[in-house]
Amino acid sequence: MQYNLSYLRALEAESIHIMREVASEFQRPVMLYSIGKDSSVMLRLAQKAFHPEPIPFPLLHIDTSYKFKEMIEFRDAQAKRLGLKLIVHTHQRALDEGANPFRLGTQRCCELLKTTALLDALRAGGFDAAFGGARRDEERSRAKERVYSFRDENGQWEPRNQRPELWNLFNSRVKPGESIRVFPLSNWTELDIWLYIHLEKNPVVPLYFADEREMLVRGASLIPIEQPFIPRLQHEHPQLVRCRMRSLGCSPCTGAIRSEADTVPKIMEELVSFRRSERENRAIDHDLDGSMEIKKRAGYF
Amino acid sequence: MSTLSLRETDLTTVESFFQQELEKDLLRLVTAGSVDDGKSTLIGRLLYDSQSVYEDQLHAVHRASQTRNNGNLDLSLLTDGLRAEREQGITIDVAYRYFTTHKRKFILADTPGHVQYTRNMATGASNADLAIVLLDARRGIQEQSHRHAYIASLLGITHLVIAINKMDQVAYKEEVFLEIQRQFSEFLDPLAFVEVYWLPMSALEGDNVVERGANMPWFQGPPLLEYLENVDVPSAKTTTPFRFAVQRVVRPHQDFRGYSGQISSGVVYVGSPVKVLPAGPVTIVKSIHTYEGEQSFAFAPMSVTLCLQDEIDISRGDLICSAEAPPQVSRTFAATVIWFGERPLQTSRKYLLKHMSQFTRAEVRSLQHRVNIRTFSPEPCSTLEMNEIGVVEIETAQELFFDPYRESRASGSAILIDPETNFTVGAVIMLGTAGKRSSTQSLEHTPEKDKWRPLTADERAQRFGHRSAVLSLPSRERLAQLLERRLYEQGAQIMVLRRWNDDAAAALEQAGFIVLALDTAAKETVSLPLLPKEDEQAVDKILDLLLAANVLLRIV
Repeated sequence: MQYNLSYLRALEAESIHIMREVASEFQRPVMLYSIGKDSSVMLRLAQKAFHPEPIPFPLLHIDTSYKFKEMIEFRDAQAKRLGLKLIVHTHQRALDEGANPFRLGTQRCCELLKTTALLDALRAGGFDAAFGGARRDEERSRAKERVYSFRDENGQWEPRNQRPELWNLFNSRVKPGESIRVFPLSNWTELDIWLYIHLEKNPVVPLYFADEREMLVRGASLIPIEQPFIPRLQHEHPQLVRCRMRSLGCSPCTGAIRSEADTVPKIMEELVSFRRSERENRAIDHDLDGSMEIKKRAGYF
Repeated sequence: MSTLSLRETDLTTVESFFQQELEKDLLRLVTAGSVDDGKSTLIGRLLYDSQSVYEDQLHAVHRASQTRNNGNLDLSLLTDGLRAEREQGITIDVAYRYFTTHKRKFILADTPGHVQYTRNMATGASNADLAIVLLDARRGIQEQSHRHAYIASLLGITHLVIAINKMDQVAYKEEVFLEIQRQFSEFLDPLAFVEVYWLPMSALEGDNVVERGANMPWFQGPPLLEYLENVDVPSAKTTTPFRFAVQRVVRPHQDFRGYSGQISSGVVYVGSPVKVLPAGPVTIVKSIHTYEGEQSFAFAPMSVTLCLQDEIDISRGDLICSAEAPPQVSRTFAATVIWFGERPLQTSRKYLLKHMSQFTRAEVRSLQHRVNIRTFSPEPCSTLEMNEIGVVEIETAQELFFDPYRESRASGSAILIDPETNFTVGAVIMLGTAGKRSSTQSLEHTPEKDKWRPLTADERAQRFGHRSAVLSLPSRERLAQLLERRLYEQGAQIMVLRRWNDDAAAALEQAGFIVLALDTAAKETVSLPLLPKEDEQAVDKILDLLLAANVLLRIV
């Protein structure tokens, strides 16, 4: 008898192990739910980890109010269908004061609507562990991230002083006010995520699939126009373009890519035929060389 | 060398592509080298030549190379992720890389070479099947080369690649390669690797990384990537006895009581006899559950939920294992320790230890010797400094169920945590059981805070050494008293509540107390597993549980 587990099922087993450890060792875990494909996989893994019991922790969505409409619809439908406890947190004061990426710049806008909002929500909920769907293959500074990533009382990350992480023995010790961000998908790649979604028939937001959408076309960039404050150039009109989103963020800061991929297999085909990293269309990562690391130090995911 | 490709819209190709992807196996490897051995360049080239680098990341590296490297493409920039590293041009933390060819998937732990980051080499090696140690052909064997090979062997790696890099700098001379091989072989012999592959290379020029190149016709072996694609590193995980550490007890309703965990080694069938530790009895596996449904068997490394035929008291930290080949059971054991802590290892201090799903207090009872990693000879010592390796005897508060590390990594490894800093300070490689004897305790004070601010729960917690919690111990009056005294003697704020009262309990919680409720109406905040009947054992179990739950912030 051959006992061979495919690499994808081995990754699945590893992620389930991590989730069960967290649910057992922390007082108040929460799962950050960003509505994207990685979150969808994380959610399915959580269902598997705790089956036949329900998922024993709430989901938290940091809503900047600038997410795509389809994302919010998908989020609410998922929460209802799966009977999840969903917490939605928005930095309302910053929004009331007019925070948007065009007025503040993407860095300041992210800092307020995402990082500050996240830290506020974690503090308000008294959460000592928060699952995130980040993967190490996404970006250079994330390659050095631990599965259990320690955050100090200000929610900040100190890359020079991370706890060594050996075997699959995770150190869950925290002092009051400190917390751990947990990344159960650390070892997954973008292709693994799609392959898993395909195998599991996991639902994802339709924005990932190619369709005719209204976009501002600027050279190679396709800019969605969901928000009224997107500045237009003179004589610029939106055009219908067949395109899709490779990763999902706030609509003003997430460009689309021209694509014909309207099924998961076609997306995977597209992925292996052109190798551009998925965060490429995220304006926020490119503000500065090393910008993701700077955000993470400050408490961003 | 191969890259992934797919013809457009050919669905049969797409399906067979999925199939092919799924059938790939996974090789986990670690790379180590000294600061200037060209490791980042090598990995950059592996990623670049196997087309695992995204175009936009490459553009970014092109841009950075303009300013840093006179415009020549600097492949090391692909992997040096942190700002401090890019500024200093060295790698300071372990980084994980993912690449794939049509044969295999690879997870590569890229670890820093410098001595002060030895802990990161150990971290990267802990999950690896194969290690690549880089040497600079000009400088030959360095002290670090010894350390890297030794750590790889210590952490159970059986396959080693010695990549002698920068051959371009020594005019690709075979004698240089052979001389290094001759010298280093002597050192490697006692480490008993299953396979050592000697490879001359120039990462900068790309010789013998992905392509063979024309510069070393005297070398006949495959280039690195081809070797990695084909090397046979058999996993012992399913041929070793069944081990299953209980992570969670699952009880959705009266008729279902299951135990969730990940099989760390071996195979289990419905009907298999299994032993439960520490309870002791042998029972039969009644059913095996996953989200997909009931399974007739399961094997490592699957995560499953087991149901057993007999009702046995089982909680997190317990082990379900092969009835024929159970592990060793002991509170004392000998181990090799790699020390990570800034504060040296001390035999008089208490630590926390995590082994499988068990969390317990531990003490290093004796430090037998330090290992000289050049000669492997034991040296007398009184402490272990950061990055030193020694052989110790450890005693734990709870019994551990373990195997020697060389037989099973998962059940033969543990970590030590400093209870003051909560930092992971030691990697524990378990060797076998040791003799008996026991210990004492200590307590430190937290500093005064600013007197004008209102007291917060966190401040109370820092002061008392614990957070507030409510434990429910109905019908265990004696246990509650014993626990109360044990915690009180160490300065804990604790109170036994005989009749439950919401207001009183809320007030005590707010004041930072640990409340031991004897009433069944109590609203507990930390749920206890089934406890040993013997009160002192039960106290020990509760103390470890409170530590694991971060209620106790220091050892009492």
